[in-house]
Parts: sequence; structure tokens; C-alpha cells
Amino acid sequence: MRHLLILGGGTGGTIMANKLAAALDEQEWQITIVDATEQHYYQPGFLLVPFGTYRIRDIVKPRRQYLPRRVNVIISGIDHIDAEKKSVTLANKAVLKYDYMIIATGADIHPEQIEGLMDEEWGRSKFDFYSPKGANRLAQFFKTWQGGKLVLNIAEMPIKCPVAPLEFLFLADSYFTKRGMRDKVELQLVTPLSGAFTKPTSSRVLGEFLERKGISVVPDFNIARVDSKEKKIVSWDENEVSYDVLVSIPTNMGDAAIQRSGLGNELNFIPTDKETLLAEELKDVFVLGDATNLPSSKAGSVVHFQSEVLFQNFLEHIDGRPPVAHFDGHSNCFIESGFDKGMLIDFNYKTEPLPGEFPLPGVGPFTLLGESRINHYGKLMFRWVYWNLLLRGMELPIEAEMSMAGKRV
Amino acid sequence: MATMTIGTKTLALDADGNLANMNDWNEEVARELAVQEGITELTPQHWAVINFMRQVFAKEGDAPSIRRLTKESGVDTKTLYQLFPKGPAKKAAKIAGLPKPKGCI
Repeated sequence: MRHLLILGGGTGGTIMANKLAAALDEQEWQITIVDATEQHYYQPGFLLVPFGTYRIRDIVKPRRQYLPRRVNVIISGIDHIDAEKKSVTLANKAVLKYDYMIIATGADIHPEQIEGLMDEEWGRSKFDFYSPKGANRLAQFFKTWQGGKLVLNIAEMPIKCPVAPLEFLFLADSYFTKRGMRDKVELQLVTPLSGAFTKPTSSRVLGEFLERKGISVVPDFNIARVDSKEKKIVSWDENEVSYDVLVSIPTNMGDAAIQRSGLGNELNFIPTDKETLLAEELKDVFVLGDATNLPSSKAGSVVHFQSEVLFQNFLEHIDGRPPVAHFDGHSNCFIESGFDKGMLIDFNYKTEPLPGEFPLPGVGPFTLLGESRINHYGKLMFRWVYWNLLLRGMELPIEAEMSMAGKRV
Repeated sequence: MATMTIGTKTLALDADGNLANMNDWNEEVARELAVQEGITELTPQHWAVINFMRQVFAKEGDAPSIRRLTKESGVDTKTLYQLFPKGPAKKAAKIAGLPKPKGCI
């Protein structure tokens, strides 16, 4: 009997459990998955909670419901990984041995990394929307807010879903306009990047969008601390930005168990081969999604594309053959742009997001790097796709490898 | 393609304005790149950061982040920003003759 251990039952871990449970012989393989909690959140939904589109109960399901029956599910934190002994010690001190392991422990926000962020004003005038609690508190706050200056600050890169901060501002513009109080609300993006986004073409296009919607940008701002009394954020080089409401995207880090095991980089992300998804320094271990140190986006679509590569390479690896599939960095993100419209970007390691049309049989085409209603409905439809097709490891009509079809160069 | 001139030599630059060929780099080039970034004098502390960045790049193929610089180069974050105002990682990489750090998309 060979033992596959999957750490993390989020998007990546759940997809792999489903794909591999169907592919590996039940007489020969035991599959175990470990996660700290019983709840599986549809993370893209957090963005829509502050504006009342979703409530938290609309975006959470029981984790086990999406895992195959043959898979042994353990709900526990992880203490550490011992790669030499090929074992994992859980928070309750139980020890699990493995022959092969997939690490999909994800990334989470760490507001405590920023001096002065988590004081008595946290949840009153300072919020996050990357957690159920944070998104919910912001929703409650917006209901009675009379207006003022809302600053959205990205602490440092990388972050999960790098377009979410922009979407948040677009949706805020739309939300406060519909409430008839847009003239009482100032919206500002304060970012460590040199512009609205990272890559030149999309940074320019998204920058123009922000400008058109009356959202100002403070670039190259690296936050050192928050001064809650003066209601300002201060950068390492002593620049200051004042706020009435601070929406923070705090530092994103990999799981603390990775740090305890001495396996990660300075943000607890695991060095991973960017094409094969094998862990660089660990034997018989693959890494998936946000837990990796890959220079691809930390996003669900990326995990989905990676899962197809990982699946193929896993089957080769267990038979002693070299990996055959190569991940190209493909990412595909709907961007909510407000007023029931959306954009779509599609890119990989080598090709930056470009304008054009994205063909999708039966549904598309979607508009690339431009606004349309179908993009917005694509995003809303995706929640159904996530629970019913994506997590279950079903085929989606979109290739893991990026295509240039429809893109204007 | 953009270029920079140093003495009688013309060096190619990439789209970010960093050296296109790392082998073109030497200490004189570093001093010239520093001036372009508004740093008139490279102190021993500057050089400690620059050399650390080059070491990491030679080993790993990417320049280190600010967080890692703080953790491993022996220079704290506050000082890093005084040495290389605005973006220490980006600026130090440029002066060190390395491509812009990949960071993330």
C-alpha cells in the first residue's frame, strides 16, 4: 500500500484529491488529506461581501462534501514536516508517514506584520476583506458610513488575487454611486507598485480606468506603520497618507508549519520548480498554488491550471519516470469593474495581459482587458463552476496552457 | 533598445532601464548607475547590500526581496530606505547590474 498525503483541503488540495482518487487504484493507494478547519470558503467571494452582493453564508460549504469518500479526511493543524523521515506531525502530535506528498497549504493575511495595524481601531476604522470576519465587518460598516476618505493600501507583494484591490475600488465607486453618496467619498489606492498593476499594458489600461472613475493612486509606497490616532499611514521613507477608513491588504504569508519545518523562503513560500511543480529540495513532494514561491499569480485559476500539470507529472513520478508536463504560468482573472460590468485578463510567465477577445465555446467571447457585461456575468457564474466543476476536478473548456487566440499584440 | 554610455563604452539596457547584460557590470558602472538613481556616493553599507544582492542572484537567479535583505544582509529596513530611497530592492538591483526583481505578477 502506498500512501499519498495532501496537506491543505482548499482549492488545490481538493482538486488533487478528486483527480487522484479517480486515477489511483484503491487496492494500492491510501489517500489522506489534512486541513485545519471544516469550512471551505469560496475565496473570490470575499470581495463581494463588503458591498452586500454575497453574505458569508453564500460562500461557505462543508469541506468534506467536496472530497471523495475514499479519501481519509483529518481536521487538524500541522505542527511540522520532517522531509528526511517522510513524515508530518500534526498539531495533536499524531504522526503521519507518506510515500508521496502534495503541499497545498495556501497563503493567508498577516496584519500583525504591520506596526500599529491591529490595535483597538482594527475593525472600526481599519479593515481587511481577505477574511470572512474582515469582509463581514466592512459590510456592516459601509451600511451606515456617511462618507470620507477611503484608502486601500497594499502592504507588500505578493498577494492573493493581485487584481482584487483594484476590483474593490471599482466596486466601491459603483456602490457609493448607487447609494447616491459618491460625491462624499474619496477613493485612493496606495500601493508599493509603480502603477496600478505590474505589467506595462495592463498597468496603463487599469490606470486609465482608475482615473476615469475618479480614484487616485499613490505609487511606490511601502508601508512601515499605521498611526491610528492621527489616522495616517507612514512609509519607510517617511511619506504620509491620511485616511478616514483604511482598507488594508496585509502581508500575505505561507503557513506557519512551513516556517517551523524550515522549508520556506522569507514569506514561508516553498521553493518549487516553476514548470514541473516538484519541490526543489524535497524528495517525492509536489507543491501547488499559493503555497509555492512561483512567480505566477496566487489565484484560483492558476491553481486550476497547475493541477492539470501536477496530475500528469504525479502519475509519471510514481512510476519512476521524469515529469512530462510544464506549467507556463497561465493565469486567467475576471476583474469586476463596477456597474455590472467586468474585464478579463489572460496571461502567463512570458506574455503580459493583452487586449482582444477571449474565445470560449458556448459562452464567449469575453472581452480581454476591456469592459463588458458578459465578463461580469462570467464572474458571477464562476461561483457555480467552482463548487460543481472545478473542485471536483472536472474538465473545463479552457486549456491549462495559455493560447494567443484572440489576443491583440 | 536603450543604452547608457560610460567612458567610451556603450552598454545595452533592458525595458526597465537595467543592464541588459550582467557581464557589462563593474564597480565603475555601479557608481554611474547610482548617480542616475540620485545616489551620489556609494558607501560601504551600499556596497554590502549590492554585493549581497549579486551573491543571491548568482546562486538563485533572482534578486532578493526587501524582507529578505532585512533578514539576511544585516541592514535593517529603515536604513535600506535611507540608502536606496523609494524602492531599495528595485534600486539596489539596478545598481548591482541585475534585472528588476521578479517579485510577483
